[in-house]
Amino acid sequence: MIEFDIGVDLFPLLAGTLAAITCGLLGNFLVLRRLSLMGDAISHSVLPGLVIAFLIASTRNPLVMFAGAAIAGVVTVVLVELVKRLGRVEPGAAMGVVFSVLFAFGVLLIEKAAARSVDLDADCVLHGQLETLFWIGAPERWVDLFSWSTLDAAPRQVVVLAIMCFLSVVFIAALFKELRIAAFDPAMATAQGFNPTLMHYVLMIFVASATVASFEAVGSILVIAMLVCPAATARLLTDRLRSQIVFSVIIAAATGILGYFAATAIPGLFDRGSVNAAGSMAMVAGFILSVAIVLAPRHGVVVRVWRRRRLGRSVAVDDLIAALYRAEERGMSGLSRAGIRNALVGRAADNALARVRRRGLVDEREHEIVLTPDGRRAAAALVRRHRLWERYLVDQAGLPVDHVHETAEELEHVDVTPAPAQGQGLDPHGRLIPDEDADLDGASAGHR
Amino acid sequence: MRPEHSADSPLSIHAMTVAYHRKPVLWDVDYDAKPNRLIAIVGPNGAGKSTMIKACLGLAPRASGQVEFWGESYRRARSRIGYVPQRESVDWDFPVSALDVVCMGRYRRIGWCRPVSRSHKEAGLECLERVGMRSLAGRQISQLSGGQQQRVFLARALAQEADLYFMDEPFAGVDAATERAIVDVLRELKSQGKTVIVVHHDLQTVPEYFDEVILLNMRVVASGSVNEVFTEENLHKTYGGRLTLLSEAAEAIARAAGGA
Amino acid sequence: MEFLSFFIPTIAANGHSHGGGSLTDVSDEWPTWSEIFETMALRAGHNTNTVILGTVMLGIAAGVVGVFALLRKRSLMTDALSHATLPGIALAFLVAAALGAEGRSLPVLLVGATLSGALGVVCIQAIIRFTRLREDAAIGIVLSVFFGAGIVGLSYIQANAASGAAGLNKFIYGQTAAMGRGDAILMACIAALAVVAALVLLKEFAIVCFNDAFAKVDGWPVSLIDLAMMSLVVVVTVAGLQAVGLILVVAMLIIPSVAARFWTDRLWLLVVLAALIGGASGYFGSVVSALLPRKPAGAVIVLTAGAIFAISLVFAPQRGALASLVRRVRLRIRFAGEHLLEFAYERGGAELSEADITSVARLRAWPFWMRPIVVRSILRRGQAVRSANALLLTDEGLERGARISRNHKLWEQYLTSYADIAPSHVDWSVDQVEHVLSDELIAELEAQLAARGIVVPAPTGERAAR
Repeated sequence: MIEFDIGVDLFPLLAGTLAAITCGLLGNFLVLRRLSLMGDAISHSVLPGLVIAFLIASTRNPLVMFAGAAIAGVVTVVLVELVKRLGRVEPGAAMGVVFSVLFAFGVLLIEKAAARSVDLDADCVLHGQLETLFWIGAPERWVDLFSWSTLDAAPRQVVVLAIMCFLSVVFIAALFKELRIAAFDPAMATAQGFNPTLMHYVLMIFVASATVASFEAVGSILVIAMLVCPAATARLLTDRLRSQIVFSVIIAAATGILGYFAATAIPGLFDRGSVNAAGSMAMVAGFILSVAIVLAPRHGVVVRVWRRRRLGRSVAVDDLIAALYRAEERGMSGLSRAGIRNALVGRAADNALARVRRRGLVDEREHEIVLTPDGRRAAAALVRRHRLWERYLVDQAGLPVDHVHETAEELEHVDVTPAPAQGQGLDPHGRLIPDEDADLDGASAGHR
Repeated sequence: MRPEHSADSPLSIHAMTVAYHRKPVLWDVDYDAKPNRLIAIVGPNGAGKSTMIKACLGLAPRASGQVEFWGESYRRARSRIGYVPQRESVDWDFPVSALDVVCMGRYRRIGWCRPVSRSHKEAGLECLERVGMRSLAGRQISQLSGGQQQRVFLARALAQEADLYFMDEPFAGVDAATERAIVDVLRELKSQGKTVIVVHHDLQTVPEYFDEVILLNMRVVASGSVNEVFTEENLHKTYGGRLTLLSEAAEAIARAAGGA
Repeated sequence: MEFLSFFIPTIAANGHSHGGGSLTDVSDEWPTWSEIFETMALRAGHNTNTVILGTVMLGIAAGVVGVFALLRKRSLMTDALSHATLPGIALAFLVAAALGAEGRSLPVLLVGATLSGALGVVCIQAIIRFTRLREDAAIGIVLSVFFGAGIVGLSYIQANAASGAAGLNKFIYGQTAAMGRGDAILMACIAALAVVAALVLLKEFAIVCFNDAFAKVDGWPVSLIDLAMMSLVVVVTVAGLQAVGLILVVAMLIIPSVAARFWTDRLWLLVVLAALIGGASGYFGSVVSALLPRKPAGAVIVLTAGAIFAISLVFAPQRGALASLVRRVRLRIRFAGEHLLEFAYERGGAELSEADITSVARLRAWPFWMRPIVVRSILRRGQAVRSANALLLTDEGLERGARISRNHKLWEQYLTSYADIAPSHVDWSVDQVEHVLSDELIAELEAQLAARGIVVPAPTGERAAR
């Protein structure tokens, strides 16, 4: 369905994906240090650095460009810090002032360069020129790619991005421990002899260089998207930094590939011309993030809602059998359906009933619901925990006796049971606390 | 045993449980304030003292329970309630003067869209006078010392002309002059028949400054007049050892409910 | 293939090329004085005037609204907001075109921009509320994803719509010169709206920005007031889109208020100053771009505002960097002088020889330039007079030295005997605190130390040394 023309698609795809991976990798530490917007600021303010480097050196040598960008990146960080300190300006506003002024300066410089017949296109800065990276005379077959001529044919951008990507991987792999501690606890890092400020600046230089490397291919917008989105997505998926970094790289790569094909292939399905690939990658990054927000295994919205509902269900089950147990204590053999509904006011009593019957915790005979032996054991364990909590709340927490029932009602569903006090077999209301023996089989009802 | 909830009580809390991200931090608070008292909320760090105030004022989410003021809902009683937040809760580099901040206590009286009139400024100045700050009325608030900032907050609450005051750690980190000024204001409020509930951290001064005390540690350990309640034994119960089991259970609830 | 090919110099149509040359090598045509005067006095023709008035109005509105964004600490939220307008513009164009209407009609596009900008803000709030991501990440996400969607939309229009996307690009970088009469009137209305809102709701905005919890307890509908402030930001952003473009409109919102903050501590004055700075930036920006070729107004406006900011940062009387530097140096010189007095007192004797001064200077690590200034400062304060040797302390100077010496001991005692409460103060180094202790604080220190049975003798008894 998707046509892949090596000549047209290979290098743009490669460039986009490499840029995505590089930025996604570095972005982890920005997101962690709450500096996401520093990426935004740097990618804007690198512009004047590039133009000045070009105007001074009159060369497009990548090293000169990188120097210009790295200097601009460091200047941005220093300026933001200066404005924050000297002017007591809050960090967000300080960043806003610095990057917007620098960007305006860049725009002006571009115009100036244009006046000198230098063709600078400000639009490219924003959304890149992936589409122009086609390969004339590309081989038809994949196997032919494995030759030196491929390397020769690779456009400068792709080579630069590959190098940048490699450097970033090396940087993060080599300094992982230092970066982690500098991000987590700068004071501790200082105490251990790492200089967190230095780490900060090195990181920012890398961000600035990654920005330049990615600039022409994908534009600054994708740089920002990739600095933030994959890392943020990975952060929703895992709690560990190491796996967060791995995830972010995978997500970044997937974003690059999916985004590229979404831009070229999907419009084609409707007989439309292809759209901007960098923008499409940013959209895909946002899409993956929103999927993660909804579906993430531990922090996702769906899981949380489901967990809450499950809790509600198991609470209803617990309450149902506990009500039957209490009825037995009062000398009744069971409860009618109406009695059950009374005990579970406001909740789906019939559902809960169906569930406990399925588990064999109750039987229904002659319009009366009664506990099975299993059910009785489970209910006894539950009521035991309830009454032990009541004792605890009265004896240890000092709450009034007529008050503890509601609180114990909530606590009985938790896997924490207070130890029974010596020689106290009664709850604060004078009712018997069921023995632990009743719980021998461990058939704790409902919960989990 | 259990306090009776009555309509002339300025604050009645009934079975209030407060949870952050579904993790209960305050269990089953039941309390009934007697009118015209100075009441201290005392307890160790993390016991939920500020949380209790915030939950009463609707600033923290209540998981269950009711709070009534003079037998009415918070919404209806709002005009009779004053509030002194923690000093650290605001940015003191804000471009306003001490008097401007105090006048914020009059805004409700002034109403929407109308500017602060001379008479309200006079009232604000008077409140500053009562905390001994009149001479600094025009000072930008970042130029004030910590104690002076605290007194500005106190003056703002006075400007609210409320009948029931909630004060969150007004004595925290203040100088001796400010402490005296606050105590004077508390006594004055009492003489005017008002009720003040203060989150307090200094046990030594409790009997001197307050009539009643609420000993708090995740739940109300004891409450009542200082003479009866502020005993060695109760303090030991409040400060000696946390209810680890209760904290554990709270964590478990938060986990099961899938808090953020 | 060259790296960064959009920087490739190309031979222009007129045939001459510039490979290198310095930055100052400008081929702009400079306007004559009379042209400059005419433009500045709004006599350069109807079109130019419209543009100038429009940008001034925009500057005023953005300045006023920006104050509240700054005080509510939402400066960068406006950045995300403005980027988030782009997909709305593209979508509005496509929808209007699909319905057979003129896609490029400004009101339609602005409605689209408003809606998607507002959606962006809602997304930021939702991300903060429902996930563990922080505000910075939320802003970055919304900004880049929405903008990416906008770019996709524009490129789609470019490739597929019959009329092309020409004209939509101007929302990114702005096209001030294209501002028409209707646009200028729109700007004026928005400026009026912003000013009136700030006038009427100043008090409500202030209480929410300063202390939202208090405002809530006091019965103000905090979310509603927040919404009003945010709506003003949205309106100004959208209005500024086509004038200065969505990247630079942020600067117009943020910079004037931040710059104005240096000059005043009064809220109403802050609003007025921000409006003035915004208006002035708009004025200069559009005048310069009208006079000089290839000076995009948006960039010049922002650079003007940036220059005003830089001046404020350095030269503002109270909060400026220079003022605080002067204050710090003065304080340091005073401390150094008092160290000299302290030295003399503790050694006993009112004479300070050159050697004494040298040893104090070495001990306290004075930089080379400080010594003469310090000496002059204690002479000027009347704490010492010149003598044959070097300096002779006056009574006043000796007394001051005694006090400093005692303060030092008091504070040291306090730090050591109250190790349990003092940690909150240890960052006040002994050497600084001794100079700034107020009488009240000293009394308190004495009382606290007395409570532990520590008495630091009063200095007067030791004056016999003289």
